[in-house]
Amino acid sequence: MDPLLIKAIIVLIVFAITLLVATYSTWGERKVAAFLQDRVGPDRAGPAGLFQPLADAVKMFMKEEIIPSVSNKWLFVLGPCISMLTALMTGVVIPWGGELTIAGQTFDLQIVDLNIGILYLFGVVSLGVYGIMIGGWASNNKYSLLGAIRASSQMISYEIAMGLAIVALVMTTGTLSLKEIVQQQDAGFANIVYQPLGFIIFLICAFAETNRAPFDLPECETELIGGYHTEYSSMKLGFFLFAEYINMFVSSMVIVSFYFGGYNFPFQHEIGLEGNILTFVQTGFFFLKVSFFVFFFWWVRWTLPRFRYDQLMNLGWKVLLPLALVNIFVTGLIMYFTGNL
Amino acid sequence: MNITQYIFWFLSFLALLSALMVVFSKNPVYSVLYLIITFFAIAGHYVLMSAQFLAAVHIIVYAGAIMVLFLYTIMMLNLNKETEPQKKTYIQIIAIVALGLLMVTMIGSIKGAEAAQPIADAAGIGTVEKLGDVLFNKFLLPFEVSSILFLSAMVGAVYLSKKNLQ
Repeated sequence: MDPLLIKAIIVLIVFAITLLVATYSTWGERKVAAFLQDRVGPDRAGPAGLFQPLADAVKMFMKEEIIPSVSNKWLFVLGPCISMLTALMTGVVIPWGGELTIAGQTFDLQIVDLNIGILYLFGVVSLGVYGIMIGGWASNNKYSLLGAIRASSQMISYEIAMGLAIVALVMTTGTLSLKEIVQQQDAGFANIVYQPLGFIIFLICAFAETNRAPFDLPECETELIGGYHTEYSSMKLGFFLFAEYINMFVSSMVIVSFYFGGYNFPFQHEIGLEGNILTFVQTGFFFLKVSFFVFFFWWVRWTLPRFRYDQLMNLGWKVLLPLALVNIFVTGLIMYFTGNL
Repeated sequence: MNITQYIFWFLSFLALLSALMVVFSKNPVYSVLYLIITFFAIAGHYVLMSAQFLAAVHIIVYAGAIMVLFLYTIMMLNLNKETEPQKKTYIQIIAIVALGLLMVTMIGSIKGAEAAQPIADAAGIGTVEKLGDVLFNKFLLPFEVSSILFLSAMVGAVYLSKKNLQ
């Protein structure tokens, strides 16, 4: 087969899986929330409410689309588009598994292995805020604008700590390619052993970057009605909400690839699995690890209360940023004295 | 023409058009958004010159961070026609003269410059490994000095933004 065609198929599969997982994340989150609050959760549509996401999707499409007359029409539509686009673009560099051999041809379960994979990821994440900013501003509503402004300052603040946490990771791994990072963890320990502090900083920043509780101030309903998406209705609102779930899924994949060995699992070369079967088991383990982190996102949301805005800024600039710098410094010292330079 | 050339022309057109729109847009928010498109087009040029690292850093720093701050500030300013500051005529004339002088300098420098020679080993010249090698071996001192310059700029910005500093 043509390699370009294979890539196209992989892109389609990744796209479909991402959307499917994001759809069912909404159901999962409501079920977990219900469990944590001693409720039943959605149970009307289908067995255990499994068709609830479909019902929600139909509802979203059927609702009347309202574009406020005082809004900036083009930018109002552009906002959710950018949110969705950047959310979907991040999945490109994630390695989903090892090599798959079909009809004598070997190909990687990854859309593309960029040699600047981490930078690509970081760049796309830093663009994600434009969707929220443009959407919030174009709504011509003060609550939307406040939400957009909160989102932008929050993302800029936490991007710095996140970037510095990644710098320490790049120091120990010596590569910017996600595939190489994952393969190195097959040979040695998972990176969490070398970068525990970096992992914690990255995790906290991932919560802030995806606008999830306890950092969901851009859509803080007690102060800002709906935050940046106050004026949105129908599927445009759906895009904003959906992008958040995709971001959550992709963040979990990135955390697993960076710090928890990606698709590798312990003793994978000792149990006698080979070829395609090993790859499938690896992908299964990858999804298992990712599921845990997606669950962790829900778990935190229903456990911790929301931060106040000054607390959020203090945490970002006065705690996480110095900690990340200390982390880089200590990592450098250890690498120098153990001769791993 | 091959595909690279088509992409080059498209990116150049996009960069120039959006750069002009930055100047001609009435709404400052539009100007910022057009400037972001310009940055993307230039990042595309970097990729064409096989400088992926530079392209990625360009997007992260300019489009991802600096322009977000620009947009942030402009949204806060709430600019519209009524509150637009009108400059005095003599200031406008001074600005035009200064710009003209700058243009003369630029034209002179471009005219005197020789056409750049293509580098023999062009492939992979902009990769992280090559760039890091040059930056941390050949140009280590200028690199460190420029980082101190950035640090002093940061300290200066913090100092200026503190209102009640004694």
